[in-house]
Amino acid sequence: MIEISGLSKSFGAKQVLRGVDLVVPSGQSTVIIGGSGTGKSVLLKCILGLVQPDGGTIRLDGQDIRNGARDAFLARFGMLFQGAALFDSLPVWHNVAFRLLRGSLARPKAEARAIALDKLRRVGLDADVADLFPAELSGGMQKRVGLARAIAADPEIIFFDEPTTGLDPIMAGVINALIREIVSEMGATAITITHDMSSVRAIADRVAMIHAGKIRWEGPIADLDTTPDPYIQQFIHGRADGPIGTLR
Amino acid sequence: MSRWTAPLAALGRATLGALGATGRVTLFAGETLSHLVRPPFYFNEFWRACLNIGWLSLPVVGLTALFTGAALALQIYAGGARFSAEQVVPSITAIGMVRELGPVLGGLMVAARVASSIAAEIGTMKVTEQIDALTTLSTNAMKYLTVPRVLAATLCVPLLVGVGDIIGIMGGWAVGTTRLGFNSTTYLKNTWDFLQFWDVGSGLVKGAAFGFIVALMGCYHGMQSGRGAQGVGHATKSAVVAASVAILAANYLLTEAFFSA
Ligand SMILES: Nc1ncnc2c1ncn2[C@@H]1O[C@H](COP(=O)(O)OP(=O)(O)O)[C@@H](O)[C@H]1O
Ligand SMILES: [Mg+2]
Repeated sequence: MIEISGLSKSFGAKQVLRGVDLVVPSGQSTVIIGGSGTGKSVLLKCILGLVQPDGGTIRLDGQDIRNGARDAFLARFGMLFQGAALFDSLPVWHNVAFRLLRGSLARPKAEARAIALDKLRRVGLDADVADLFPAELSGGMQKRVGLARAIAADPEIIFFDEPTTGLDPIMAGVINALIREIVSEMGATAITITHDMSSVRAIADRVAMIHAGKIRWEGPIADLDTTPDPYIQQFIHGRADGPIGTLR
Repeated sequence: MSRWTAPLAALGRATLGALGATGRVTLFAGETLSHLVRPPFYFNEFWRACLNIGWLSLPVVGLTALFTGAALALQIYAGGARFSAEQVVPSITAIGMVRELGPVLGGLMVAARVASSIAAEIGTMKVTEQIDALTTLSTNAMKYLTVPRVLAATLCVPLLVGVGDIIGIMGGWAVGTTRLGFNSTTYLKNTWDFLQFWDVGSGLVKGAAFGFIVALMGCYHGMQSGRGAQGVGHATKSAVVAASVAILAANYLLTEAFFSA
């Protein structure tokens, strides 16, 4: 279980997070929605310690992550970055198998490659791409390689930052199903950021909406359509008029 | 603030900025060294860095040394002729090459070639979140990116300097024998008899120091890169400038330390 309380972060004069409180239950899929630039990616990076929060606490299974537990946390963890963040000096399969080729999870090269090919297949990429370099792939393919890398070592906790952005509808469906499967069958804890309402419905057990630096609404997916919250209603129906300002 | 004190304030700010930067680079160097002695060590990365920094820099360092040695022989001949001391050409060319010009010009060429490429590569990795991705894959970026490059440069640049010394002396020899009328065997014998071990050794030690500086500046400025293409461009420029200035300053300090009476 990940418990976030009072998390705040500013960049210069710009306050991005202003006291985020959120509980992410284990073995469930939590989806974070919200307009672009509202700090969704920053929130994930704070949890990972990639961005130093200005205030607030983050606990993993009751332990404060800052107190040395971070390495242990990262060892059980996988992340898909919004921009894929593939290592462009390494071929695709090396990227996917990065964790399996070095460090505590290291295993023989042939085995690591076999696992990498299997993960690539699960994200809809065949073996041809394994020996290409990331720069030779389209944006959507890079995203899927990033996803394969995130799940390569069968992590217990996975963060997906906009997994279906840039994918065609069919591939988006495949990826949604894969994320659902990882949570349901492998019992992983997932946090997914997305703008795509069909993804939300396919992936989420719980939904949290971030607005103006705070969690505006949070609840089970079943309540999403029935909640009277005007922010949620505006967001899920994509209306231009409502409490969320649209500067034009 | 009056317009009389404004320049002083600017000077003060610049000085404080430079001191702060020096402090941060020193901390970065300390962190690099501390990771050097703690596992894991990434051998593949180290070999790749050796290939890139050492082997692929050979042509540029070799050409620099060749032309420098040739020009040096001509200058020393012209200077020596003023007091009928043309016969010093082989020995002075050799000493100028191995003590000063080999390491310094070699170091500067490596700075241009390697500090820029390291800073641009690591800066791009930073900007495209690849450094963050390394962290999430339980890999320390200092260990994986900085340590192999710094170690490779510290070990490879002395070798480059050594090769450059030989090529530079051969450049002097080529000019000396074809243009200045020296006998080939005498030229080489003069060079060999005159050079002492520490002449060459001090140059190699300088090379190691310059290699360390080059890779450290490349990594530091890459890791500090701002956002976007502009950030990477700025990081690259800063790395080359900082490495070049630091090489020249370190060269003076090392020369003081090695040769001052
Ligand atoms: N490293 C950074 N430096 C300065 N500003 C940043 C940085 N990272 C994010 N921001 C700012 O924080 C805000 C939220 O960014 P982000 O979390 O990426 O948005 P999103 O919700 O679309 O993922 C943006 O306005 C962005 O400009
Ligand atoms: Mg984002």
